[in-house]
Amino acid sequence: MEALQSNIAHIGKPTSRVDGKLKVTGRARYAAEYPAADLLHGVIVSATVPAGRITKLELDRARAVPGVVQIFTHENRGKAAWLDRKWRDEVAPPGHPFRPLHSDRILFDGQPIALVVADSFEAARDAASLVRAEYDIDDFCTELEVRRPEAYDPPEKRSGIPPPPEPRGDAEDAFDRAKHRISSEYRINAEHHNPMELFGTTCVFEGPGQLTIYEKTQGSQNSQGYVTSVFGLRSKNVRVINHYVGGAFGAALRPQQQLFFAVMASLELKRSVRVTLTRSQMFYIGYRPDTYHAIALAADNKGRLTSIMHDAVAATSHHEDYQEAVVNWSGMMYHCDNVKLSYALAKLNTATPCDMRAPGASVGVNAFECAIDELCHDVGIDPLEFRRINFASIDENTGKMLTSKALLECYQQGAAAIGWDRRPVKPRSLKDGRELVGLGMATGMWDAFLMKAAAEAKLTADGRLEVSTAASDIGTGTWTILAQIGADALGLPLEAITSRIGDSTLPASPVEGGSWTAASNGSAVMAACEAIKATLFKHARAMTNSPVAQAEYDDVVFAGGRIALKNDLARSLSFAEVMHAADLAEITETGKAAPSLLQMRKYISYTHSAVFAEVRVDEDLGVVRIPRIVCAAAAGRIINPKTARSQILGGVVMGIGMALHEEAMTDHRLGKIMNHSLAEYHVPAHADIADIEVIFVDETDEKVSPLGVKGLGEIGIVGTAAAVANAIFNATGRRVRDFPITLDKLLA
Amino acid sequence: MNRFDYIRPDTIADAVAALAAFPGAKALAGGTNLVDLMKYDVATPARVVDINRLPLKAVEDTADGGLRVGALVTNSDLAWHPQIAKRYPLLASAILAGASGQLRNAATTGGNLLQRTRCYYFYDTSTPCNKRVPGSGCSAIGGVNRIHAILGASDSCIAVHPSDMCVALAALDAEVEVEGPQGRRIIPFAQFHRLPDHNPELDNTLEPGDLVTAIILPATDFGRHHTYLKIRDRLSYAFALVSVAAAIAIEDGIIGDIRVALGGVAHKPWRDRNAEQRLRGEPPSEATFLRFAEDVLRESEGCGQNDFKIELARRTIVRALMQATRGTPQDQSDKVVR
Ligand SMILES: Cc1cc2nc3c(=O)[nH]c(=O)nc-3n(C[C@H](O)[C@H](O)[C@H](O)COP(=O)(O)OP(=O)(O)OC[C@H]3O[C@@H](n4cnc5c(N)ncnc54)[C@H](O)[C@@H]3O)c2cc1C
Ligand code: SF4
Repeated sequence: MEALQSNIAHIGKPTSRVDGKLKVTGRARYAAEYPAADLLHGVIVSATVPAGRITKLELDRARAVPGVVQIFTHENRGKAAWLDRKWRDEVAPPGHPFRPLHSDRILFDGQPIALVVADSFEAARDAASLVRAEYDIDDFCTELEVRRPEAYDPPEKRSGIPPPPEPRGDAEDAFDRAKHRISSEYRINAEHHNPMELFGTTCVFEGPGQLTIYEKTQGSQNSQGYVTSVFGLRSKNVRVINHYVGGAFGAALRPQQQLFFAVMASLELKRSVRVTLTRSQMFYIGYRPDTYHAIALAADNKGRLTSIMHDAVAATSHHEDYQEAVVNWSGMMYHCDNVKLSYALAKLNTATPCDMRAPGASVGVNAFECAIDELCHDVGIDPLEFRRINFASIDENTGKMLTSKALLECYQQGAAAIGWDRRPVKPRSLKDGRELVGLGMATGMWDAFLMKAAAEAKLTADGRLEVSTAASDIGTGTWTILAQIGADALGLPLEAITSRIGDSTLPASPVEGGSWTAASNGSAVMAACEAIKATLFKHARAMTNSPVAQAEYDDVVFAGGRIALKNDLARSLSFAEVMHAADLAEITETGKAAPSLLQMRKYISYTHSAVFAEVRVDEDLGVVRIPRIVCAAAAGRIINPKTARSQILGGVVMGIGMALHEEAMTDHRLGKIMNHSLAEYHVPAHADIADIEVIFVDETDEKVSPLGVKGLGEIGIVGTAAAVANAIFNATGRRVRDFPITLDKLLA
Repeated sequence: MNRFDYIRPDTIADAVAALAAFPGAKALAGGTNLVDLMKYDVATPARVVDINRLPLKAVEDTADGGLRVGALVTNSDLAWHPQIAKRYPLLASAILAGASGQLRNAATTGGNLLQRTRCYYFYDTSTPCNKRVPGSGCSAIGGVNRIHAILGASDSCIAVHPSDMCVALAALDAEVEVEGPQGRRIIPFAQFHRLPDHNPELDNTLEPGDLVTAIILPATDFGRHHTYLKIRDRLSYAFALVSVAAAIAIEDGIIGDIRVALGGVAHKPWRDRNAEQRLRGEPPSEATFLRFAEDVLRESEGCGQNDFKIELARRTIVRALMQATRGTPQDQSDKVVR
């Protein structure tokens, strides 16, 4: 910490991705691009009904395709673990993990029912299209509204997801007695991740029981653990590599179908095998579940919140109880003495939902922040003022103190940047041509986690530093920030640092999710670098005629590849000299990061944001434009403002998608998603995105992580959809409570 | 994808012969629609006739002051062709409202004309669809039908024709030049695409073996009194929920020749010549146009999720006609609807 502060060169400086050139020139290899000798290609055949049993599989025509090597079905699948727990990965929710080809049972539409393996992709694909299946279809339901009355409190809680807090005060009574109150129901439709890169795995068969797996995953070690457990292999014989990941948004946290299939086929056929999902198959590997939100809020005349009730129902599958923290945020965004929250699940015949950028918060906070806007309107108070009045300085769910919360600065700087004072007080009162103009805002909040992570740093006598940890870079900028951290720790130029990530053989790392990588892996890298410095210093002092012989560690700085006395920089030793004297070709040290349990008893950390949107809505046609969004975030120390900004931009764009575009269109009679392509599943196009301004407010947090970093991957989406919806209300006077807000909902 | 026979003829006569010789043979132009459909196993032609070597890439003047556009002229080349920009800005505008720059670079005039519906069920071979498998049923009725027809649908099919370009061509009274086994013929645009009736598998009136060779644009001049207004689920790169191609000749403050074609609402670009006729002689105004819109939509019918399109169509017609009247056509890069 000390050294960093005295010698900050790269941390905090906008830095282009170190892997950028490889990516834009096509030299960065993704999972399905690795060559392998004698590679076989597997293509998955998916079920076309949502529930039932396979009664007949017709494979003859497929088998007859020249080049087909094998077709795996539930009748001849390779050996795999029987017990449920063997299939559980690091982030699995409670329940029975999906086991591909386990039996003739169909659990959801799009479920894989066969794998065709051939010596060319074309042959495999051709043959796969010739597989015919017949089914006995069971009763099914894919409509949350229908199952909602049967919603239940999940008996087993998902690890890492706090259940809703116990009620405090008497929310119902306070609601009944309140001067101002609103009670509304929100619905947010299911969404699909749709990262650019298709899910793919290239499994290289190195010898019996020995595999190198190039895999699209957010956690190489999670995938490795899954493979060893499911197939009974030894950890040292399974290496998983995920150097580059073309987006994931949570969809690649859990091992997906293609990993199982590539490995199974590879072990059975003793050949290398590649399996890639199609775009439309990616609609069946997990999704952001649909949610309903019944929200009741009350306030007094002065705009002080007196009651908060938020009851959410979310979809899950029949086989797993997928859970997220949806309503918890409503109990801690603002100060309120009477709070009652609940979260229930309803089972649908779909794949298990999975984490998608800011899971839980992006929907829960969205609905809640819209409801808050309704309440502000009822009280007749400016929404920004309301949020200042109800500012919560602790986490009221747990009573814990916050390590930092520069949210008021977010409000202030965000409001100034959007020109909040232009906001028409009366809805539907500002017009420009045929467009109704409105401004809206919302608060955003996300966890700031520090997870257990380890790293290694290796300094060589030529002044190069290598930092390694099994982290992933899913477009987030991990390659770059780890290099920046290493550079600053040892006072070396960025070019002298090599990051190594995306490999299960590297020091332990959690999956890349929850916005915790920069804080956790970054801190572990820093700790490893600190250890190198200590070792260097030890050897430096031991040298004959050492200028630092009498110095304490605090008396020296590491800069320009040298150790120097702080108060006499001219007296210094190069790393090379020190290492030479100690007869060392390299120094290798490890470092760890872990949350402090002691601190966690008293403190908790969150990232905060204030999102402001200006919208324009055609008064007759309902066409919505968003000329400007400002997202002001308080996220602790920003290591790389350039990649950090990209993270927020991406989150905001996805928030716009949630507000206006994204939804799975399901035919509930068939139990099938119908818009399973990027032509029909709409995400924002360029034309939908105009000016997005990202502000990072100063926030110093010495407690959240050794680096003072909070993480940024998810905060950008939280609150954005609500800011847009609230702006639409301000512009049109119309409150749409059903997301996405497509133009038909604004026509009436 | 099925196995197919692939040939690439050099002459129109060879192409026609190649198409006629094989039932279900398909011409391949830009491939942006056909190849997708083949990958999804929706189109399973036994033979693919790649027509890209045919001499169908010219844009030429016709004897009576119009233009003849070869079937292989790409959507981009057509939209940016100086003669089109100058004489048929409505057509240029409609093309630019469609798809994306990359797609328009590959897509051709003939292919655009013959692109198939974007009905979700048509694309998903695991669901019944009369257009894909005649007699199997129409899943869109009672299903996910937000983008479906409000005019001219049948019990067999409620799909819409997705093209933007064709909506302008309908308004411009273009003609389709076809070369078939029996020789050359010209099909007026209104008779080219058809309504679904009981055989929605037929999108148009082409016969087996027919090759579209050109589009013929008659001489017209609406000055700046035209517009192409497309309303969709995002501001770009989405098919029309409703679109309107409008052109008006205004003489002494009175509506003369008026053409209004609707896209995204029916199995073909929709024109109502009777309603247009009734508008002639009236002064252009919002009230007049609203009456016209009611007239055009008098038989419109929603099928559930698309009910809103009726109101949307009404309002879009009025706005488009006001744009045309004012002489301020919709700009396709500025997303403000003025
Ligand atoms: C994601 C996406 C978005 C799109 N958005 C839009 C949009 O917003 N608006 C819009 O209008 N379009 C849109 N399109 C469709 C696009 O315009 C069409 O795919 C394109 O015009 C087809 O032209 P092509 O030359 O590629 O046709 P091809 O795919 O080559 O052929 C299409 C059909 O026409 C037949 N054919 C082609 N040429 C001839 C000929 N000369 N004679 C006889 N038959 C012929 C083929 O056999 C085939 O059946 C979109 C497409 C995609 C993929
Ligand atoms: S609307 Fe037409 S294309 Fe769509 S499912 Fe029905 S028959 Fe098929």
